[in-house]
Amino acid sequence: MDLARYHRLRSAYYRLEGQRCTSCQAVQFPARTTCRICRARTLEPHRLSGRGTVYSHAEVGPAPRGFASPYLVALVQLEEGLLLTAQLTDVDPEDVMIGLPVEMVTRRIQEHGAQGYLVYGYKFRPILPRRKAS
Amino acid sequence: MRSAQPVGIAGYGAYVPRLRVRTSDISNAWRPRGAIAPAVAEKSVPGPDEDVVTMSIEAARTALDRAGTELERIGAVWVGTESKPYAVKPSATIVAEALGITPHVVAADMEFACKAGSEAMQAAVAFVGSGMVEAALAIGMDTAQSKPGDALEYTAGCGGAAYLFAAAEDALAVVEASVSHVTDTPDFFRREGAAYPEHGGRFTGEPSYFRHTRAASRRLLEDVGAGPEDFAHAVFHQPVPKFVEKVASELGFTPAQIDTGLVARRMGNAYAGSSLLGLAAVLDVARPGDRIFFCSYGSGAGSDAFAFRVTGRIEARRAGAAVADYLDRRQVVDGYGRYLQLRGKVRRG
Repeated sequence: MDLARYHRLRSAYYRLEGQRCTSCQAVQFPARTTCRICRARTLEPHRLSGRGTVYSHAEVGPAPRGFASPYLVALVQLEEGLLLTAQLTDVDPEDVMIGLPVEMVTRRIQEHGAQGYLVYGYKFRPILPRRKAS
Repeated sequence: MRSAQPVGIAGYGAYVPRLRVRTSDISNAWRPRGAIAPAVAEKSVPGPDEDVVTMSIEAARTALDRAGTELERIGAVWVGTESKPYAVKPSATIVAEALGITPHVVAADMEFACKAGSEAMQAAVAFVGSGMVEAALAIGMDTAQSKPGDALEYTAGCGGAAYLFAAAEDALAVVEASVSHVTDTPDFFRREGAAYPEHGGRFTGEPSYFRHTRAASRRLLEDVGAGPEDFAHAVFHQPVPKFVEKVASELGFTPAQIDTGLVARRMGNAYAGSSLLGLAAVLDVARPGDRIFFCSYGSGAGSDAFAFRVTGRIEARRAGAAVADYLDRRQVVDGYGRYLQLRGKVRRG
């Protein structure tokens, strides 16, 4: 990814920051100039929950340059109702299924060679199993 | 040392990657058959998309969630590490951006081998205790480097923890006092451009780890007017479990006092994250009123020792993943070859 574009998109990439329309309360991701529902321009930054479920998924074999392959890609249905394309991580392909609850993590997305810059961004992983509180 | 105003930990969070390598796989590649078993059975390994930045972000998110502190009140973030993704470019700004606490924040990476994380804790206590900032984030995190076949390869693990320091009245554990003890000791180092650190073999024990942890610990006990028996738990930097067992026993701490914090037994040495991760494991189970003894060690060399007193807020600040959750989540990698590839020790030709 181009350096300037990566820099511009860092709030979305690092912390899943989209927008909320102050006129109709609709939430959207990524950011754009008008509300996708009411077309108002009254938009404020809004951080998405990062929690959702796998809507659909696939395995990518030969990856584009700079990406570690193979990797898993999914459409993730967020709690807010939005559908997002993202990589899955910390999971083996045979354990991924439609409906799997996932949470957002910030990970390395791309490496521009051994000397180049690193692109960090959102991925999703199965919700970390937690012991019952003692 | 004591800050002008009382300071404590308002929130904490840990991180350990999912992958593990069996040290018997490393041993099979390098040691003769029948060699003594390595010091730990397995150690943590970062996934292909993980590094100190991504691991710090997750630990810090847990710390901030638990503290519940408004983001604009956080005035500093330091990442203590010896495995920065960039040789030149701060990790702390990436972490700060991911947390949403930029731009009015002091941010930098700390460097002091395995003491870098506790160095960040000292700075955080000072910044909050002087009134310069309301809250400061101190992180110790590493994806430890080790030469293939070297003694360190059997223990160099990955992980760490993040601590949000704030005024004592909002703390889950109050800082009673701290000590820093340093000398110029060339026990372990990595020169510019070198891929792996060098170390002094047996020299890393008595004149290095033991001398500094003992001196800092004794000074702290004196400063707070307490004996080992006054603490519910004691946490030390953990190169190998037997180092901790030895220094603890010399100082008069019992095995029961060091048990909870000795996470290296399950994941190896997380370098700058090691003692901070042990402290997080202790906070996961500590009770109000407990006193916790903490002593880091970093080659080069030095120790930071802290005495904490746990408050009644602890139970309400444990939501989210505990250290045990990360230690339980484990996937063993398929042999030494896969481990070498994940750590970038071999690359596609």
